[in-house]
Amino acid sequence: MSAPTSFDEFLSGLWRQNPIFVMVLGMCPTLAVTVSAVNAISMGLATTFVLGASCLLVSLLRNAIPKQVRIASYIVIIATFVTVVDYAIQAISLDLYVALGAYIKLIVANCVLLGRAEAHAAKNPPLPATTNALGMGLGFTLGLFMIGCVREILGAGKLFGVALFGDHFQPWVVMVLPPGGFLVLAFWLITIAAFRHLSKKRNVQLEGAQS
Amino acid sequence: MSDTQEINTPAFAMVRTLGLVSVICGIIIVGIYQITLPAVNANKKLALERQVFKVFPNAKSVVPYLVTQGGIASAEGQDNAPAGAVLFYAVYDASKKLAGIAAEASSSGYADQVRILYAYDMDKQAITGIGVISMRETPGIGDKILTDQAFLKNFEALDVSLSSDLQSLANAVKTVKHGTKTSPWQIDAIAGATVTSKAVGRGINESAQALLPRLLPHLDKLKSNEKGEEGRDKGNPPGREGRADGAGWTSPFPLHSSQMALNSSSFSSKGVHA
Repeated sequence: MSAPTSFDEFLSGLWRQNPIFVMVLGMCPTLAVTVSAVNAISMGLATTFVLGASCLLVSLLRNAIPKQVRIASYIVIIATFVTVVDYAIQAISLDLYVALGAYIKLIVANCVLLGRAEAHAAKNPPLPATTNALGMGLGFTLGLFMIGCVREILGAGKLFGVALFGDHFQPWVVMVLPPGGFLVLAFWLITIAAFRHLSKKRNVQLEGAQS
Repeated sequence: MSDTQEINTPAFAMVRTLGLVSVICGIIIVGIYQITLPAVNANKKLALERQVFKVFPNAKSVVPYLVTQGGIASAEGQDNAPAGAVLFYAVYDASKKLAGIAAEASSSGYADQVRILYAYDMDKQAITGIGVISMRETPGIGDKILTDQAFLKNFEALDVSLSSDLQSLANAVKTVKHGTKTSPWQIDAIAGATVTSKAVGRGINESAQALLPRLLPHLDKLKSNEKGEEGRDKGNPPGREGRADGAGWTSPFPLHSSQMALNSSSFSSKGVHA
């Protein structure tokens, strides 16, 4: 396996292997918490922290964990850092906890975390594992943010809680309800898939085969 | 992934690894719990305090009490109420007059407990406001109990007057289907958030049924505290009492609790206090 540079590792999660739009992982929080841009970003950053910390620990312990018990170990590690985030947010800010408390515990069920621990951190030394995890986390944040913006603008006529339109704006309520999550996700998936398809075609024409 | 060394891993190694991972994770959790505990508790207290001041905008000081079968007692310094006792807060306004009673109501909603704080006005015999201490209801749906104006209108004067034998509420507080409220003791549910609305109604009903019949006979004791807490401070020299009062009335929770702790330990604490 060729050793990609740290920056490559970082970027791959952000765009080329974006957990939401390319790997289509972690759909539960993607659909559930993207009602507003602020929620989306906070959830994304909390996930990024858990992802980075758990991948670091998994990577450090990668040679000590036998294959049969790896999933159990990873889940315990992930759950630990989710608990850490939960306490940290409770301690840092009451308002943040009121806004996010209900979601934080959802992070443990996010398959991006287990997926990264299993597919990357368990096979790589701590530095690339953490870099990759942080990239993935930020990619996840970006994905949530893109969905959250659209849903908040269309569903509530606001962005970051600031009203964008006048009083005559009729909110498209379905967008902040669960179906809206599916609609906006599908819209972004199609857009990005089309974009990738086009750019791939162009690359093939320009330089021949590229995987 | 596909190598076959799995058969060779002894059970001991697996147990050892899981044990090791659990120990590391346990240490991390306990560590962060200990580090954040003071801040978390302060925040929880702040959350409660905010709700008290939200339902009583003109509140000046708040004193926690426990009511049991026998009567009422100050609840300062007690983290866990004894079984059967109900915790409530006596709220005094700037002129040291008893402004009302705040108490917690809790019931299971759509997700987890919905803990609210309600304001009881003894003159109107009604609940005059609610605030949420904590809940995990669906954002945008269940949390409308905080923002839905029509729903909050239920709590401008929700009737909780006692029945003639003073043993229970004259009419149980009940959440009814949206648009069917007919009586002042009913709560008009939010359409689409019926489960949460019902949790609020159920919680208030349970709490008010448990608290009010036992509390009201002792209301005078709370009112008598309006003029300087003689009820509890009989043994204290006047000079000290005045000072303790001054500290108590103007401060929110933290200072006040220290004052209470001193008072309850009677004479022996005088030296410490000075």
